[in-house]
Amino acid sequence: MNGQLLKVENLTKHYPLGTGFLNKTVPVVRAVEDVSFSVEAGETLCIVGESGCGKSTVARLLMRLVEPTGGRVLIDGTDIAGLKTHELRASRRRMQMVFQDPYSSLNPRLTAGQIITEPVENFERLSRKQRQALAADLLRKVGMRPGMMHRFPSEFSGGQRQRLGIARALALQPSLIIADEAVSALDVSVQAQILNLLLDLQQEMGLAFVFISHDLGVVEHIGHRVAVMYLGRIVELAPCEALFANPVHPYTEALIAAAPVPDPTRVRLEVPVEGEVPSPVNPPSGCAFHPRCPLAVDRCRIEVPPLVPMADGRVVACHVRAPAADTSGRPVAAASSSLTVG
Amino acid sequence: MSLLSASAEAAPKGRLQLSGLPRLARRHPLVFIGGGLLALLIILALAAPLYASDPLNLYPFKRLQPLSAEMWLGSDNLGRDVFARTAFGARISLLVGLTSAASTVLTGLLVGIIAGYNRRFDSIAMRIMDGLMSIPTILLALALVSLTGAGIGILIVAITITHTPGTARLVRSVVLGVRERPYVEAALCGGARLPKVLWRHILPSTIPALMIQSANLCASAIMTEAGLSFLGVGVPPEIPSWGNMISSSRLYLPIAPWSVFAPGICLAVTVLAVNLLGDGLRDLFDPRATRRR
Repeated sequence: MNGQLLKVENLTKHYPLGTGFLNKTVPVVRAVEDVSFSVEAGETLCIVGESGCGKSTVARLLMRLVEPTGGRVLIDGTDIAGLKTHELRASRRRMQMVFQDPYSSLNPRLTAGQIITEPVENFERLSRKQRQALAADLLRKVGMRPGMMHRFPSEFSGGQRQRLGIARALALQPSLIIADEAVSALDVSVQAQILNLLLDLQQEMGLAFVFISHDLGVVEHIGHRVAVMYLGRIVELAPCEALFANPVHPYTEALIAAAPVPDPTRVRLEVPVEGEVPSPVNPPSGCAFHPRCPLAVDRCRIEVPPLVPMADGRVVACHVRAPAADTSGRPVAAASSSLTVG
Repeated sequence: MSLLSASAEAAPKGRLQLSGLPRLARRHPLVFIGGGLLALLIILALAAPLYASDPLNLYPFKRLQPLSAEMWLGSDNLGRDVFARTAFGARISLLVGLTSAASTVLTGLLVGIIAGYNRRFDSIAMRIMDGLMSIPTILLALALVSLTGAGIGILIVAITITHTPGTARLVRSVVLGVRERPYVEAALCGGARLPKVLWRHILPSTIPALMIQSANLCASAIMTEAGLSFLGVGVPPEIPSWGNMISSSRLYLPIAPWSVFAPGICLAVTVLAVNLLGDGLRDLFDPRATRRR
């Protein structure tokens, strides 16, 4: 198993616009395009990017809530895309999800206890006593009182509800939890509590996380490795400290420069990134970022940059900063911004 | 059930813990009143032979009599006892109303839930529903009767067929709204099988709308029965039902209002009871409403 829990290969999702009943060619939204990464046991991989860059679609593809257009999602070496319904159910035990909105992700008609024990009851019959013991145990794990199991979601605060969402995800004792913007709907003080809870659980149970967020402060706090997405593609994937200390891709640079820093004396890097995110229905040719990129050269407009491994273990997709191996076959390891390829 | 027991355990301490009917009456008075009223009407209908005279007896010399000790609610244009006819009429009206509402809701729920969840079934079933929707109830009933002969059964079938599309569409629209909810996706992520997701997470959301729909269906079925009986498709005119009493006595409304009012008021009370019960059950299935009581 060599510690590799989740492996994603060339994952792609296109959403057709309309049904294409009469006109054969339907325009598609390229939500996720050729995304590959892996997650090791006990590790936190963060996926960051602007709204609409495909982060959440990746999460839904990983859970197979939507069918991928192409590519593979391997959990412990099993491709979940090929699984039948009953096999897929078995794979659910390995991987669970915490949802973004703590209000709509809990069924308002069920009690807290019923909600958090439901995943276990999908797989085995529980007696009333067992169910209560399980609910109490799960509630304690997420820092809530067991007595709360009889209450309905509407009686809890946002932070408590998110704790319930986490308890539900823990119920099946998965090795990987996918958190899709799990704290972005919460107040900042509550965010910190939930993040610390997740970190504690990770230490205690050796959980791996795929943590999807647009909040770089959160990502810096909990991530081991960070994948930056732009318009459905990963543009840079790097160890967390390295990424924040020394962003290579111009988009990463702009993203980090744009994040607010609670230090008025710090001089902020001015990276001129103009314009809007282009439409994923009709993405720009070549590198999707080239219309907004201050470094763009001719090649960026023509050729999609591949992810090129660099010396410090990161991969970057940029013709300028990380030019791909030439005919010599040796990747260029230095991050040189002046290098252009003709 | 678990919903009830769970909320009882969480009830504030020191308050008298009631159980059974009294607790239902306190927590959900609408269910209690509506259900009680409906039960009373059904009992009165079933027990009609015990307290009312023969509804078919004609007293030609006592036509259009006002209320009296002899005939409590007066008599109609043929000198029949309005009280007896109202009591016996309840049997047919309640039977037709409740059975058609129940069968319509069940078929509509089944079609609607599957259509809401399965695209392929949806496109076929909804076209069929569109077709059924365009058939007038009365025409369908007349056609069916010409095949099999008049009867209450045929009436119920006709009402069910023509009213199912509306209910199915209602359910489908609720299901389409709910199926994308994160808690439904969360249930799937938790490894729930589809039938369980439908039953536990989607079906309960359709209940509020269905409760209101069934109350309307019940009332409209009772009136449709009247119209069809009037055309000779339902029950024969001498057999009383609230509907045919109203339709045959309406000509005499200025001189003998009681002959219309008696069945009319009963009909109104029935519809009220069904509506109260519907509202109450809707609250019962809505945790936010129950907890505030």
